[in-house]
Amino acid sequence: MSDKKKLDHLSSSFEDWEDNKVEKLLDKFPERKKVFSTGSDKEVKRLYTPLNIENMDYEEDLGFPGEYPYTRGVQPTMYRGRFWTMRQYAGFATAEESNKRYKYLLDQGQTGLSVAFDLPTQIGYDSDHSLSEGEVGKVGVAIDSLRDMEVLFDGIPMDKVSTSMTINAPASVLLAMYIVVAEKQGVAANKLRGTIQNDILKEYIARGTYIFPPEESMRLITNIFEYCSKEVPQWNTISISGYHIREAGSTAAQEVAFTLADGIAYVEAAIKAGLDVDDFGPRLSFFFNAHNDLLEEISKYRAARRLWAKIMKERFHAKKEKSMQLKFHTQTAGSTLTAQQPDNNIVRVAIQTLAAVLGGTQSLHTNSRDEALALPTEDSVKIALRTQQIVAYESGVTQTIDPLAGSYYIESLTNSIEEEAMDYIKKIDNLGGATKAIEKGFIQKEIQNSAYKYQMQIESLEQIVVGVNKFQVKETGSRELLRVDPHVEILQRKKLQKLRENRDNEAVNKALEILKAKAETDENLMPYIVDAVREYATLGEICGELREVFGEYEQTVIL
Amino acid sequence: MDRPIRVLVAKPGLDGHDRGAKVIARSLRDAGMEVIYTGLRQTPEQIVAASIQEDVDVVAMSILSGAHNHLFPKVVRLLKEEGVDDVLILGGGVIPEEDIPGLLEAGIKAIFTPGTPTTEVIEFIKANIIRK
Amino acid sequence: MLDLDIEKRLLESDKRACARLISMLENNDEKAIDIIKHLFYKTGNAYVIGITGSPGSGKSTLTDRLTKALRKQDKKVGIIAVDPTSPFSGGAILGDRIRMNDLALDKDVFIRSMGTRGFLGGISKATWGAVKVLDLYGCDYIFIETVGVGQSEIDIVKMADTVLMVMIPNMGDDIQAIKAGIMEIADVFAINKSDLDGADKTQVEIEMNLDLNEKEDYRPPVVQVSALKNDSIDLLLEKLELHKKFLIDTDKLHEIRRRNLRVEIVQLVEEELLKIIMDRANEDDILDELSERVARREEDPYSAKEKIISLIKKD
Repeated sequence: MSDKKKLDHLSSSFEDWEDNKVEKLLDKFPERKKVFSTGSDKEVKRLYTPLNIENMDYEEDLGFPGEYPYTRGVQPTMYRGRFWTMRQYAGFATAEESNKRYKYLLDQGQTGLSVAFDLPTQIGYDSDHSLSEGEVGKVGVAIDSLRDMEVLFDGIPMDKVSTSMTINAPASVLLAMYIVVAEKQGVAANKLRGTIQNDILKEYIARGTYIFPPEESMRLITNIFEYCSKEVPQWNTISISGYHIREAGSTAAQEVAFTLADGIAYVEAAIKAGLDVDDFGPRLSFFFNAHNDLLEEISKYRAARRLWAKIMKERFHAKKEKSMQLKFHTQTAGSTLTAQQPDNNIVRVAIQTLAAVLGGTQSLHTNSRDEALALPTEDSVKIALRTQQIVAYESGVTQTIDPLAGSYYIESLTNSIEEEAMDYIKKIDNLGGATKAIEKGFIQKEIQNSAYKYQMQIESLEQIVVGVNKFQVKETGSRELLRVDPHVEILQRKKLQKLRENRDNEAVNKALEILKAKAETDENLMPYIVDAVREYATLGEICGELREVFGEYEQTVIL
Repeated sequence: MDRPIRVLVAKPGLDGHDRGAKVIARSLRDAGMEVIYTGLRQTPEQIVAASIQEDVDVVAMSILSGAHNHLFPKVVRLLKEEGVDDVLILGGGVIPEEDIPGLLEAGIKAIFTPGTPTTEVIEFIKANIIRK
Repeated sequence: MLDLDIEKRLLESDKRACARLISMLENNDEKAIDIIKHLFYKTGNAYVIGITGSPGSGKSTLTDRLTKALRKQDKKVGIIAVDPTSPFSGGAILGDRIRMNDLALDKDVFIRSMGTRGFLGGISKATWGAVKVLDLYGCDYIFIETVGVGQSEIDIVKMADTVLMVMIPNMGDDIQAIKAGIMEIADVFAINKSDLDGADKTQVEIEMNLDLNEKEDYRPPVVQVSALKNDSIDLLLEKLELHKKFLIDTDKLHEIRRRNLRVEIVQLVEEELLKIIMDRANEDDILDELSERVARREEDPYSAKEKIISLIKKD
């Protein structure tokens, strides 16, 4: 039989099966729900067959790992060559304590560092700023100056370990600090490997740690692209993030759409600033969420890879392979973890880990079971790390590449997520791009609507959350949780005082003056930030100068 | 009560996670309340000033950054200093169980932790507002 | 505790008294109405500027900037920000304060958010009350910032001395406004987000339309501004002041205020009469009965009306 004939035959057999076998059973035993949906509210059919992917072409739509359109993965050997980087996000209190935690994690088998900064640091305030009250060291490590950075990386070989820093608005400053600390360790900048998140658009959309307005922020971002392409060529200069967008409540397709739309905005900004797409393209990286619906998540990553490859090739005419490859870090979904019966979260994270791995992530952070309560204890974070190691070494899924390819459901879902994301991107294009869409509140509104819908589904029991709206227990007693000593704030303030007494304040003031002057021009600011950092100008002082020149972002909220 | 309940939903401090605050704001609106939402990065002083000018029945604050032990009581204290004694003060976010008694003692009427249905918050407000 | 000497404290510019009194009026509290009756003779000092325009035109940010400019002149400013009440739930999200965060701590600025609470005119009836309270509180200027969607904006005219219409380039606003007859109500036009393409074109279109509807003695100025970038705010304020001066010099201010107050009186009378009639109708439970009869074509709506009205006449 010809292929077409086979499909026709299949189609009628399928109908037979539905009308006879299924209908008969449904009369006696109805299905559990009227409509089954993914975590993102997409309808899930009872059965998928070749009919659902009849127009697929293996070479065109899937291809081989490491080859356009990279649907099956960005490397030809994937985890057979090397596992994903196990990179646990960590940081709290002082640089000394975080340094200890980093050494612990590296000892336990983590393969890369991921630095979490506290909110004052992320928003460019020193620990003694009035707005820093109560926040110092709480959600990450407090870094006020180069001195703190030196302590943070004390005894950590910066030429051997790659470091990811979750820092956005003041990314230029923290990167400058990293470069200077490495310099003092004797490691040249061109040997440094790592990532800075540096994705301001998602801050406006979902995360909130912005400082400057969009145009000025884009300037700093493109300055970093340019600087690193020459001085720190192995550095990933941006981690275009969907994680937070998903955490804010978006669906899987929206996560892909809004992330890639942001990516498009950054590429356009860099090209406008005079950079060649193939110069910075290879250094763009992404950051996605690993949510509950295993199969939807796997499909999501594949759709993102294929879509970005097409965008870079067709829209931006990238020539280098590496420019078209979407490489990404994943974090398991914090918002899915519950305060009730926290040990259940270990299981949730295991499933989410599987999703990320079967989706081909390059690097992974797994959340700890106490996510909904506090920052992780050493014990909890160890279990989270072990989860990755068990999946890597014991589950067998890493032995072959993209094992779920060809599944009728997975391919069908991959296609539909790609389609939906494309639609959104078109809409955003019509609004004038991601920056305009954010200004108009379009992206935020979509996310809020999805978030609200989901909450209502939980409250109506359409969506069950084990331990929260079903299988509840009376929660007993307290558990061991990490507490950040409030004295950290006092300690940091003392350190700042000492720093200001012991440094060359004249040199600091001069460097700050020059930085301010340069900020008013079009020049690349990175070298001047590096200079200021070297003199031990504080983060707050440097950002303060920039705040004066650039102004501050004013929030748009449309509820 | 034949007038809408007025609620100030506020994000004190530097925490930028507003999914919960926005979901609560919407659910309160859908329950017939007037919700004043002031956005991110509110200082305790700004929250108190808004509470007074808007003559709210409820101040509902959300923090996920761990700064609640410092910021929530500060808002309570400042409201007291201004002579405001008829406002229901609520808190929510990532707040460990052990911290709750201290916060209640400081004057927060209730803390709503992750997983609390919006209906519970709505019922609590209706049952506990001070001015009818 | 607060209610005692609320009157005295209002006149002393106590923020809590002001806020409480606005709430009481919003909720039709008799005590509050008495206080206003008592103090009404003191009102009339505040100059009321209505700010209207489509959602997204940047009204809140512009209000923030204009207020800051007035503060530089040491003026006391009141802001009433109105947002739509949901017709389904009766609730509202009042989010205009977000764009005015800096002003929250200014002791000479008072910001109050209000829902339309069922009123279609883009403002609530309680807005009238709030304006009086803010006047007594001591405001030199009061901005009323409303949701403006098409024709509804008309009502802002009946509450304000000067009406500022905010538009943005190229949104088809200009065409919509012309169609809806809104052009006639504005005393000053601001084209916000003037850094966007099309600002000049929008200005020309507005000016052309103004040419067609030439009022003899006053021509509304059109000012391009950027609230976000703080561009031309002082110029806009100047134009608003010029309109104020024009009204005062030609004695038109008194006319306008009299017209507005007339509308308010009629509104109050309408409301009271309707309440009297409907209460009476509900007493006799005849409304449901009549509606059923009319639905069954046993009666017509006009006769039904006569039956209800006659209840009052009888009393």
